[in-house]
Amino acid sequence: MAQERRVISVIVMNEASVLSRIVGLFSGRGYNIDSLTVAPIPGSKYSRITIVTQGSIRVIEQIIKQLHKLIPVLKVYEHEHLVEKEMALVKFPVTECLSDIAALCGAYNGQIVNVGEDTIIVNVADEPHRVSNFLKAIKRFHPKEIVRSGVVAMEM
Amino acid sequence: MQISGAQMVIESLIAEDVSVVFGYPGGAIMNVYDEIYKQSGFQHVLARHEQAAIHAAEGYSKTTGKVGVAMITSGPGFTNAVTGLADAYMDSIPMVVISGQVPMSLIGTDAFQEIDAVGISRPCTKHNYLVTDAADLPRILKEAFYIASTGRPGPVHVDIPKDVTAQIAEYKYPETVELETYKPNVKGNLRQIKKAVDAIAASSRPMFYLGGGIINANAAEEVRELVKMCNIPAVETFMARGTLRVDDTNLVSMLGMHGSYAANMSMSETDLMIAIGARFDDRVTGKLSEFAKHAKVIHIDIDPASISKLVPADFPIVGDVKNVVNEMLPLAKEKVDGERYASWRETVANFDKLHPLTYEDSDDVLKPQWVIERIGELLGDDANITTDVGQHQMWAAQFYPFTRPRQFTSSGGLGTMGFGFPAALGVKRGDPERISINITGDGSILMNIQELMTAVEYKLPVINVILNNKYLGMVRQWQTMFYDKRHSSTDISLQPDFVMLAESFGGVGYRVKTKEEFDAALKDAIEKNVVALIDVTVNRLENVLPMVPAGGSLFNMMLEYKDK
Repeated sequence: MAQERRVISVIVMNEASVLSRIVGLFSGRGYNIDSLTVAPIPGSKYSRITIVTQGSIRVIEQIIKQLHKLIPVLKVYEHEHLVEKEMALVKFPVTECLSDIAALCGAYNGQIVNVGEDTIIVNVADEPHRVSNFLKAIKRFHPKEIVRSGVVAMEM
Repeated sequence: MQISGAQMVIESLIAEDVSVVFGYPGGAIMNVYDEIYKQSGFQHVLARHEQAAIHAAEGYSKTTGKVGVAMITSGPGFTNAVTGLADAYMDSIPMVVISGQVPMSLIGTDAFQEIDAVGISRPCTKHNYLVTDAADLPRILKEAFYIASTGRPGPVHVDIPKDVTAQIAEYKYPETVELETYKPNVKGNLRQIKKAVDAIAASSRPMFYLGGGIINANAAEEVRELVKMCNIPAVETFMARGTLRVDDTNLVSMLGMHGSYAANMSMSETDLMIAIGARFDDRVTGKLSEFAKHAKVIHIDIDPASISKLVPADFPIVGDVKNVVNEMLPLAKEKVDGERYASWRETVANFDKLHPLTYEDSDDVLKPQWVIERIGELLGDDANITTDVGQHQMWAAQFYPFTRPRQFTSSGGLGTMGFGFPAALGVKRGDPERISINITGDGSILMNIQELMTAVEYKLPVINVILNNKYLGMVRQWQTMFYDKRHSSTDISLQPDFVMLAESFGGVGYRVKTKEEFDAALKDAIEKNVVALIDVTVNRLENVLPMVPAGGSLFNMMLEYKDK
C-alpha cells in the first residue's frame, strides 16, 4: 500500500512518562516516526506533541486510534490543512564565503545567529521541504554540523 | 484522616469492596504487608510465585467479573509478575496490580531489587502509575480500579516506593473519578445500529461471529436472545466459549485454526458477518485476504482501535456490547425474519453433517478428547474449566459442553503455559460452590507446580487433569506436520512421579490408564474434595484436528492427518 506522510498533533497531560508512552506505542507497534517535537501548551496543564509519520492509510488510522487509547491523551489531530514550520541550525567555518551564506539564509527566513573565532552559526525557519532544499544548497560551503528541530504544525 | 501510604492501600482496597488479594511479600512492599497483617477487611492468599499470584487474580476476575487484585514486591517480584500482566492485557482482564518499589531516594541508583517497573509494564498494561506522594494514593487507586473495569477492561499497575508507603498524608477516598482524558464510549450510535439491523434483514447468508468481549461485557444473555430472535447461525471464538449453550441450535462450534469444518466453511461463505466483541485474531482468521471474503462486516466493539484494525468494517459500531445489543433487540424483532435464512441454516447444518467435530475413540489407549468429553458428561454445568496452553487447551475448547459464560478460563491471547493451575485457584476462590477442573498437559503443569502448596494451604480443592502424552504436544504436532518429524526438544518422557509429587505437597495423586480408572479417580477426588493431580496417560501421537495451517485460508482445513 502507498505510504503517506502525515503530521499528527497529540494533546497530552503534561505529566511524567507521557512521552515514553507515545514513543513506546510507536516502537512497540512498528510505526515510523520521522520527527517529533514536544512543548507545554502555555497556560494549561497540557503539552502538544507534533509527530511526522509515514504509513499506509490503514496504518495511519491505527496510529490515531491507538494514540487515543492512551489514558493521558486528550486529543489527536490528523492535520489536513496546516501550516508547517521547521527550524535548522548550521555551523560553518568562517573561511567560507559569509556573504553568500547570509544571502542564502535570507531566502529561507534565516540569519547569522552567532559568530565565533573559527565558526559561524546560522538558523533558518521554513517549511520542512524548503529546509531540506536549503541544506542541499549549503553543502558547497562545507557545513560542520547541522541540527534540525523537527516539525511544528498548526491547523489553518 | 492522617494515615500512612500503606494504610491507604488497605483502606482503598476495602473501599473498592475487594475480598481477596493474591500476592507475595518482599522488602519494598513490607510496609503494606504489615498493614495486611493488622486488618480483617479482605483475605490475602500467599501464592508461591509472583506469576501465579497474578494468574490467580486473573482467574478470580474471570469467574466473578470483579477486578482481580494482586500484590508483589519490587525487582524480581515485579519481573516475575510481568507474564501475568501481559496475559491479562491480551485477554482484557480487569486487574489492579500493586508493586513495591525501592525508596524514591534510591530510584535510578541501581539499588538492591530495583527495576524500572513502570517502564517494563507500560506496553503490557492498560495504564500504570508510579506514585511519588502518598497524598496522591487514594486518587490513583480509585482511578486504577475505574480504568481497569471500564471501557475495554485491562490490567492497571501501581508502583509504590517504600518511603511513600511510610509517608503520612491526608486520606479521603474519592467518590468519583475525574479523568478529563479518559471517557470510554459505551453507547453505540443509533443510526449505525439501525443500518446494521437493516443489513441483517437484507442479507441471505448472515453469520454471528461472537468474541470474548461479550463475556467481559456480561452480555451473553442479550446475545443469546438476539441469536434466537434472528435465528442466524453463530460461531464462537475460543475466548467466547460458553456465550451460547452447547445445545443452542444456532451454535456452530468454534472457528479458527482448530475450529470445526462447519464453523470455518460457513464463515467463508457468509455474506454478512456480525462480529460482536471479537478482534479478528490471526488464529481466528487464518489468511486475512481470504477471510470471509464475500461478507459485509458489522463490527460491534467497545474499543475503536479494534474496529477496522485487520478487516475493514462496513458497519462499525463503537460501544458496550450489552448496550448495543439491547438497542438491536427491538429493531431486530421488527425487521428480521428468521425464515429468510432457512436454506442457509440448512447449508450450515450440512457442513456439520459432512465433517462433524469428532475423533476416533480407541479401546487400547485413552484418547484425550474422550477424557474431556467424559468430564463434560459427568460434571457439565457443575464444573468451571480452566486450561493451560497446548493441545489439551484446544481439545477442551472443542469438546467440553459449555453452558454458561465465565465457565471457561484460559489464556487466549498470550498463550501462557503455567496459567491454568493458579488461575483455577482464583476461579475456585471466586466460585467455591462449583467444582474447579484444570485441564492441563504434562508440559504446562510443571510451569507452576509449586501452587500445589497454595492450593493445599488455602483449601482450594482444584482437580488437575493432566493429559499426559510425554510430549510438548502442540509443538510436537507442528514438528510432525511441518518439520519432517524432527521432534526437537519436545520429547519429555523423563517425568516426575505425579502421584508422589501431589502427595508430597499434601494433595492426592491418581494414575490413570483406562476409562474405568479415570471415572474412579475423578469421582474419588470430587468426593474427598481435595487438591488432586490425575495423571492420565493418553495416546502419545494424537493430533488436534481439524487444523488450518498457520497463514492458510480457513476453508483449506486439514481434516485428518495420515502419518507417512
